[in-house]
Amino acid sequence: MQRRIIQTIFLLLVCTRMMAQDSSLMKMMDDAVAESQQGQVVTGTFKATQIVNLPTVESPGKKSLQFMIMHRFGKLNGGAYELFGLDNASIRFALDYGITDRFSVGLGRSSVDKTFDGSLKYKLLQQKQTGMPVSVSLYGLITNYTQRYTDKPYLDARYRTAYTTQVIIAKKFTPAFSFEVVPSWIHYNLTPTPEDKNDLFAVSAGGRLKFTKRMSINAEYNYLARNQVVSTKVYDAISGGIDIETGGHVFQLVFTNASGMVGPYYLAKTDGSWGKGDIYFGFNITRNFNFKK
Amino acid sequence: MKPMYVMALASLLYLPAKAQTFMTRNGKVNFYSKTPLEDIKAENRQVVAAIDLGKKTVALTLLQKNFLFEKQLMQDHYNENYVESDKFPKAQFTGTITGNVGTSPGTYKVQISGNLTLHGVTKPVNAPAELEVADGKVTGKADFKVKPSDFDIKIPALVKDKIASEITVQVLAACTALSK
Repeated sequence: MQRRIIQTIFLLLVCTRMMAQDSSLMKMMDDAVAESQQGQVVTGTFKATQIVNLPTVESPGKKSLQFMIMHRFGKLNGGAYELFGLDNASIRFALDYGITDRFSVGLGRSSVDKTFDGSLKYKLLQQKQTGMPVSVSLYGLITNYTQRYTDKPYLDARYRTAYTTQVIIAKKFTPAFSFEVVPSWIHYNLTPTPEDKNDLFAVSAGGRLKFTKRMSINAEYNYLARNQVVSTKVYDAISGGIDIETGGHVFQLVFTNASGMVGPYYLAKTDGSWGKGDIYFGFNITRNFNFKK
Repeated sequence: MKPMYVMALASLLYLPAKAQTFMTRNGKVNFYSKTPLEDIKAENRQVVAAIDLGKKTVALTLLQKNFLFEKQLMQDHYNENYVESDKFPKAQFTGTITGNVGTSPGTYKVQISGNLTLHGVTKPVNAPAELEVADGKVTGKADFKVKPSDFDIKIPALVKDKIASEITVQVLAACTALSK
């Protein structure tokens, strides 16, 4: 009888040891996976490189070229005579190229003021599963407008140039919801009147909410600190839209009160008011081309 | 006398089990999708794999986000739209080895059958495999095919021609003996 008990206990011990070993192996595997998960960079904070006009932390990957068409029709309050703005249009073409996965350069041309722009974007910090809570990208943009003004012969290239610097701080809170805050500093080499400030400051906030895997609702608010632009009445640019992603394309259907599509224009020259119905319907289309192998 | 015999037998069972477990954290899983329009391939070099020669079992765990693609956009789409890595971060395989496999050095052709869990769906998978046993090391190699549709991965009509309906998966895991 006693032997029986010893035997049973021994067998039990052996069995539990074996089971313990098995589960510890599974635990080891889980730990190893969890460990590598911790340092993992959070990706897909936004689908596109801009919410509507406001840049996001995203940039084209290494050796990938993004072609973008930004298009805004005229104001909705133009009424039936203007076919609710569809008779008019302004457009910006842009090419952005990823030199590395974190650094991209861009060139663009807007029809508003016949403006050329060049830009740099650098992903300074990337949000991680644990640790780094936010992604931070730096965005620098130089604009030069080439619209001819026969009455202003003094306008040389230097006077026509403006600089926009933005720090984009973004967080992907859930797989569906991302939000970003963007302080901006705009410097005009020449302002319309001496009363207008050469250095302007703005703070923007924007976000996206995915409602299917490939579609999201986006909105952005660009707050321009008051009393900086005094010669003309300007409004904060408020824009909203829907992203639709189809393979290599992202379509963005947007409504905005800003006709300009680059920093100095939408941040500080938005003359449309949502309240008065100065709303532009438009779209952004991006297409990616790859040069890797 | 009989209990002693059982105890001895049990000890025998217990002892080899300890030395026959092999594991790696740097296993490799590749997959390929070939269509006339586009070739897609991705590689994951951070696969955790374990082989137990005593119990003849294998297990494999990987993080979807560790798959590296040539094109960043493909990688984004893979994680965001297809396998939904935020919701289902891991893919797992647990299975058993059938066929002759010894502890002495050599290459053994075996059959592996088990369950593959990815995108929250578990499906049985069978594949021929090769186990190369060396001193303190077991290298497992296997090729098999999976259908995205089996795992509830929906491919929109627009890109249907660019993604193969059957994806070839290659596994290579060089596991080393676990020392305790």
